[in-house]
Amino acid sequence: MVEKITVGHVHLSGCTGCLVSFADNYEGLFKILDDYADLVYALTLADVRHIPEMDVALVEGSVCLQDKSSVEEIKEAREKAKVVVALGGCAAYGNITRFCRGGQWNQPQMESYVPIAELIDVDLYIPGCAPTPQQIRNVCIMAYLLLKGNDEQKELAGAYLKPLMDLAQRGDEACGCDLMYDVINQGLCMGCGSCAAACPVRAISMEYGKPNIDRDLCIKCGACYAQCPRSFFNFDVMNEFEGISELIKGVME
Amino acid sequence: MVLGNYKSVVAARSTDNEILKGAQDGGIVTQLFAYALEEGIIDGAIVAGPSDEPWKPEPVIATTKAELLAARGTKYTLSPNIALLKEATRSYGLDRIGIVGTPCQMQAVRKAQLYPIGMRDVPDKIALAIGIFCMENFPYQSLEAMVEDHCNVKLESVKKLDIGKGKFWAYTERGAVAQIPLKVTHKYEQPGCHVCLDYVSNLADVSTGSVGAPDGWSTVFVRTQNGENAWGKAIAAGCFETKPIEEVKPGLDLVTKLATEKITKNQKTLEARATFGVGKGLRNPYI
Repeated sequence: MVEKITVGHVHLSGCTGCLVSFADNYEGLFKILDDYADLVYALTLADVRHIPEMDVALVEGSVCLQDKSSVEEIKEAREKAKVVVALGGCAAYGNITRFCRGGQWNQPQMESYVPIAELIDVDLYIPGCAPTPQQIRNVCIMAYLLLKGNDEQKELAGAYLKPLMDLAQRGDEACGCDLMYDVINQGLCMGCGSCAAACPVRAISMEYGKPNIDRDLCIKCGACYAQCPRSFFNFDVMNEFEGISELIKGVME
Repeated sequence: MVLGNYKSVVAARSTDNEILKGAQDGGIVTQLFAYALEEGIIDGAIVAGPSDEPWKPEPVIATTKAELLAARGTKYTLSPNIALLKEATRSYGLDRIGIVGTPCQMQAVRKAQLYPIGMRDVPDKIALAIGIFCMENFPYQSLEAMVEDHCNVKLESVKKLDIGKGKFWAYTERGAVAQIPLKVTHKYEQPGCHVCLDYVSNLADVSTGSVGAPDGWSTVFVRTQNGENAWGKAIAAGCFETKPIEEVKPGLDLVTKLATEKITKNQKTLEARATFGVGKGLRNPYI
């Protein structure tokens, strides 16, 4: 087996749901850890106290600006990791922590929770609350192929990861409204219902074939927008869905 | 790539008269799902079923042949079938999902498999995705205008709607037939369809539509291993009668012609969008 990549899980203000989701790959998690990635840092799983050098940092949770150690940790993660991934809605968009207004206090003044991209440059987003085990798995496999694969695999992995990298460039705010701004207002919605299926809190219903978003329910995890086939759709990758599905199945066996 | 990747293509129709009676053309989708249900290839299928309003489809998860029969026929308005994709694995506990949809919905299915951002445990549960040929779709209010205002027929009295031979047709329960030129319907199309670059559901496991085949038959493309398995078994079980596509009129030439027209026209829309404003463009969803 080729040399593994090194991965760390950096835990900020989040509920550990993203990590649990990663673990929900069941035996797939062991496969990834056995063959593709060394987990060099993870507060809940590995006895390592300080952020080490690593290839990929998976950051879960938003940064509490009043928590000095959180701010230091996210900066350190950026300096020590080649690739920083915002894992889940909180790291990418603030998600529910953005609106907690002091509700999560270790100390009462802890009230400002921002997505990590407000403090550091982020390379890749995995939206969703929680992000799905399969999406995290796919990113792990593609990150491995990108760093350690042959030329053909590097090209495929690059093409696969590009839209998620573009999401990181797009900004650190997302919610159901993005469907309105970037899809419906742009005359692109064709009423497939992907957004409604993707929403983890059932804030989206389909009315006369178009999404109706309950803004009081929306937690701003970004899943609906990212899942929409009209937010991004790369023919190079999607046309190869059968081969890629087989590839993923193959490397996980 | 106008016709996408495919392993085989034939003209076919169901051998089940009960299915054919209410089918749009060859009853391919209903028959293939009914067979797949019976054989355990799928546990259920997401289809465009009936709702309280006439000709307004509602996505339903069909787990019996009766439910499939109730959903026969083409509805020319939006049915957000993908909205039930995750629900099918939850409330219905399906491990093998069948789903039918338009080309854009097949794109959504494949995106959900490769980028399952909000689709936990969905990617490996798509057992059979059947795509239908689609030039464009209409919002429900458009359909109302086309049928009630232009064809002068009440929606609730309509037995069948069809597009063919350059016309939009409404057949009523009492035998009246109303038709309007397709040209009249263009302004009622859903705008999201005008950037679609797929006519024949390139990304489906099996895709089908009336174009290319004689009346009462459908053209069927078998595209993937999944599709080939299901289709091959269904043929062996005598579910369909088939004819080589080369031997039927109008054949693949017409499919290719319409597919090329759609792609060329919508490619132009995409290009026009790029310079829509002054020095500013609209979003291109494919970049």
